[in-house]
Amino acid sequence: MSQVRLYRPPVSLTWWLRKPSYLVFMLRELSSVFIAWFVAYLLMLVYAVGSGPGAYRDFLDLSANPALVVLNVIALAFVLLHTVTWFGLAPKAMVIRLGALRVPPNVILAAHYGAWLVVSAVVAWVVLR
Amino acid sequence: MPESITMEVWRYRPERESEPTWDSYEVPLRKEWAVLDGLNHIKDQLDGTLSYRWSCRMGICGSCGMTVNGEPKLGCSTFLTDYAPGPVRVEPLHNFPVIRDLVVEMGDFMAKLPTVKPWLVGDDEPDEDTEYRQTPVEMDDYKRYSMCINCMLCYAACPVYALDPEFIGPAAIALAQRYNLDSRDAGAEDRRDVLASAEGVWACTFVGECSVACPKDVDPAGAIQRYKLTAANKAVRDLLLPRGAR
Amino acid sequence: MTTKRSPEPLLWLLFSSGGMVAAMLVPVLLFLFGVAFPLGWLTAPGHDYLASVVSHPVTLLVLFGLCVLALFHWAHRFRYTLYDGLQLKRYRVPIGILCYGGAIAGSVVVALVLLRAI
Ligand code: SF4
Ligand code: FES
Repeated sequence: MSQVRLYRPPVSLTWWLRKPSYLVFMLRELSSVFIAWFVAYLLMLVYAVGSGPGAYRDFLDLSANPALVVLNVIALAFVLLHTVTWFGLAPKAMVIRLGALRVPPNVILAAHYGAWLVVSAVVAWVVLR
Repeated sequence: MPESITMEVWRYRPERESEPTWDSYEVPLRKEWAVLDGLNHIKDQLDGTLSYRWSCRMGICGSCGMTVNGEPKLGCSTFLTDYAPGPVRVEPLHNFPVIRDLVVEMGDFMAKLPTVKPWLVGDDEPDEDTEYRQTPVEMDDYKRYSMCINCMLCYAACPVYALDPEFIGPAAIALAQRYNLDSRDAGAEDRRDVLASAEGVWACTFVGECSVACPKDVDPAGAIQRYKLTAANKAVRDLLLPRGAR
Repeated sequence: MTTKRSPEPLLWLLFSSGGMVAAMLVPVLLFLFGVAFPLGWLTAPGHDYLASVVSHPVTLLVLFGLCVLALFHWAHRFRYTLYDGLQLKRYRVPIGILCYGGAIAGSVVVALVLLRAI
């Protein structure tokens, strides 16, 4: 066989802009940066609470800074994207059986959202009580 | 409905051009015509030099994979009317080297496939007349993964494969799971070295596009995700249990 | 291939557990402390009450688990984002050190801050 000259299409650096689904994937992966930011923010809060009422006041004032609020709103959007995509994918890895029956993926999905609701309600109740 | 539709076809003829080009053809727009029928019309009536693969015309052989308006599709199962008024852009499958026009080189997959041993591995050679019984429930475990027709749409959809050609890829892993989950198979341990390697399931970041592209609803992304869980469980067991107890 | 010694499965388990706890806990916490209190939609709890909640052993345990796992979740995803998004897989060793080293260092900070709250 004679040598064929193959054409190898290049992969562009912006391949994730080619399709909406690729872009959503990239945003989903970037949500991890905002989760790391949340950890830092939470530590600032805990540190302030541990330092006494004055430091806690300062933290509340700082958190009302418009730039920080904007950052946190963006972070919240990414975190929600994380939650929704995470729950969407989790049933794929899980095969749960009850006897011979396989629990349908929709039920697993609904269970995740149910658990999320309960956990969120408990956290809100503890914080706001 | 308009009478005809424009098909823009990606052309690469290595003896003529070093860079690919596009050719446009007007083909009749008929309700029952798939993209493949349009290509056949071009080849028969307009331009006999066009190269592409096909065989069964019914979504079974897996040879007519191509990119239609940016998405990996089976040419025989994708209808021209869905793209009216056109134009329809037809390219070879992404992520593969192109031999000519719409014909891609799949040697990479062919080399990877046997490494996951996609066949029933037995403990020992069975007698001539051994019957392997299986209940419908046991069959359900793997049936979905057995529907694969090796059409490579999932590889074309996978950005990880595009970036890291060493990745063994969606269909190969789904086919490995087709046997791992078969009650008659004893080869899971043999397949583990390849599946649980850095170029196996751990290369996958769960983009999920392979399962979207698959025309047979094989769900390779799910197969990979399930195997990650299996491999992680095994690794933890290896770590915690002494050799004998595994 | 020396797969049985590969750290990938453990890193993936940390990533997955982190993804799950973050999905469950982060939205509500970030909404309350990052948006609702600063904008005055809800009144922030007083210092004494919050201090008693934070220093409770159960809270400390939950916060520790959440923070550490979330950091390893970040490390894993961010590593792959650099591989795929910026096509930097050839630098996998420094990227690995940066991401997981960051998560380990972050975990130490988490432990110090939480110990201080007791
Ligand atoms: S898994 Fe689906 S898309 Fe991939 S080769 Fe098999 S049939 Fe085609
Ligand atoms: S020609 Fe066989 S699958 Fe399309």
